[in-house]
Amino acid sequence: MADLSVKVAGVEFKNPVIPASGVFGYGREYEEFYSLSRLGGISTKGTTGQMRTGNLAPRIAETPMGMLNSVGLQNPGIDRFISHELPNLMQKDTVIIANIAGSTPEECAEVAAKLDSTDVHMIELNISCPNVKQGGAAFGVTCEGASSVTRIVRNATKKPLIVKLSPNVTDIASIAKAVEAEGADSVSLINTLLGMRIDINTGRPVLRNNCGGMSGPAVFPIAVRMVWQVANAVSIPVIGMGGISSGRDAIEMMMAGASAVQVGAAIITDPFAPVKIIEEMNQFLDEKGIKSVREIIGSVKPW
Amino acid sequence: MKYTQGKYILLEKKAIAKQIYDFTILCPDIAQAASEGQFVNILPEGHTLRRPISICGIDREAGTLRIVFMAKGEGTQKLADTPKGANLDIVGPLGHGFAMNEVSGKTIITGGGIGVPPLLPLAKHYGSRAVVILGFRSADAVILKKDFEATGAEVIICTDDGSYGVHGMVTKPLEEEIAEAGQVLSCGPMPMLKAISAVSEAKNVPCQVSLEERMGCGVGACLVCACRVKKNGEERFGHVCKDGPVFDSKEVMW
Repeated sequence: MADLSVKVAGVEFKNPVIPASGVFGYGREYEEFYSLSRLGGISTKGTTGQMRTGNLAPRIAETPMGMLNSVGLQNPGIDRFISHELPNLMQKDTVIIANIAGSTPEECAEVAAKLDSTDVHMIELNISCPNVKQGGAAFGVTCEGASSVTRIVRNATKKPLIVKLSPNVTDIASIAKAVEAEGADSVSLINTLLGMRIDINTGRPVLRNNCGGMSGPAVFPIAVRMVWQVANAVSIPVIGMGGISSGRDAIEMMMAGASAVQVGAAIITDPFAPVKIIEEMNQFLDEKGIKSVREIIGSVKPW
Repeated sequence: MKYTQGKYILLEKKAIAKQIYDFTILCPDIAQAASEGQFVNILPEGHTLRRPISICGIDREAGTLRIVFMAKGEGTQKLADTPKGANLDIVGPLGHGFAMNEVSGKTIITGGGIGVPPLLPLAKHYGSRAVVILGFRSADAVILKKDFEATGAEVIICTDDGSYGVHGMVTKPLEEEIAEAGQVLSCGPMPMLKAISAVSEAKNVPCQVSLEERMGCGVGACLVCACRVKKNGEERFGHVCKDGPVFDSKEVMW
C-alpha cells in the first residue's frame, strides 16, 4: 500500500483524488454509492452570492470521447450553502473545497468573506466558467482581469485560495503567474474548453445556450500540456484536471506537475470513477515500487 | 434512496418494431428496488454519457427488468447491438416514479410512441380499473398492444394516419373517457403531454406526466436535465432525473 497522501497549500489530503466542481453537487447523491471519506477531497458545486437558476435545457450534449455542458452555475446561493450544505459536508472526513463564482469581482469577494468564518478547508475561485455571460470567463481570460479578481478575493479571506483557470486563453502560464503574484495559494486547471454541436437535422445547436464547456477523455492531452506549462511557470501547487478517467491518467497528470487531481466527466460516466482511480493509482505505485505518490509529482523527464 | 451500479446480463432481446428493442435484463437488486415510472441509466460501451431508459416491466421473483427502447442515435444503437448474454453497465433504479394512487373512477393511462413502454407496469397495477389509450404514428409502429390487453385493462389504440384503430390523437378518446376518470397517468412527447394535461385539468382530474430531457449523471448532482416547474406558486428549475421523471401536470411550465 503506497502512501497516497499529498499536501496542497498547507492542507493535508489522504489521497490526491477530488471530484471536480459541478459534477458532484454537494456530495449527497454520491453518498448513496460510497462513503465520501474515501475521497481525497470534494470541490463543491460553484456557488454565487445569490441563488441562480442556470440556463435553459438541453444543457448537455455528447461528443466523441467527451461531452459539452451549459448548466450556467445553477446553485442555491452562498447563504443556503453555508446553512444547509456545508455543515453536512464538514462531517465527511474529507477536505472540503468551496468552489465560488460571481458576476463581478465584488460578488466573488463577498462570497469568499462569508466562507471565511466557516470551517471550510479551502476556497476555489472560479474565474473561468464558460457558461455565464457576465463574469466567469470574462475575468479569467486576461492577466489584468485574473489579477484584479484574485486580489480582491485574497483580501476577503484567509482560507487557502485556489484559483481555477480557463483553458480558453492564449497563454495559460502567464495567467497562472498573474494570480500567483496576487497571493493565490494554488491554481487548478483546466476548466472546460468552449465548444459547440449542431443537430444537422434541425439546424439548431444541441445546447439551448448554443455553446458550452467541453470535458471528458478527449480533452486530456490538452489538460496535461497546460498543467505541465503552468507547473513549470509557478511555484505554488497545481491541481490538475481535464479528462482524467483512470488511475493511469491521474498518474500522468501528476507527472506533468499536478500535486492533486480533480475528476469531472468521468463521474457522469461511472459514479465510482474517483474510488476506482484511487485504487488504480495505488496499484500502479505498488507495481513500480514507488513508496509515495509525492515522488511522481512533476517527475516527467522532458526531451 | 440507495443506488446500485453494476454489470448485468442481457437475458433476452427482441426487435419488436422498426428501431424498437425489447430487452430482459437479470438484475435482482435493481428489480427489487424499482417502482413504476422509474428508469435505469445504461452506458453504451465506449461512450461518455449513459442513456436513461424507462422501465417497462419489473419481475421481482425472477429478478429481471424489462426495457423497451428506440435505437434513435449512436448510443442507443450501440445498446441495441448488445448481444444476448453480454453484460450491460447499469445504474438504477433512478428517479421519482408514478404515485400509484387509489381513486374512485377509472384510471386513464395514456401516452404515445416510445413513451408507451413505462405505462405497462401501470396497466398491470390497475388492471380492469384502467382505460389505456395509446397513440402511434401508424399501424407498423404499434407496440406492446397484447401486453396491455393481457392486463385486463380496456385498450384503445390511435394512429396519426388512421392505419390502425382510432384515426387521430389520444386526446380524442381521452375527451370521451375523462368524465368518468379519477386520475390520468401519461408519458409521451411534450406536445402530447401538454394536450393530455389540458384535457385533464379542464375537468379537474389529477394528471401525472413523465417527462424526458437530455441527462448526465441521472442522480440529481450534475443539474443538466433542467425543466421549469412551479411549486407553491414559485417557479424554479426541477431536474427530470431526480425530481422527476414523473411530475404533477400542474407543476410543469409548458
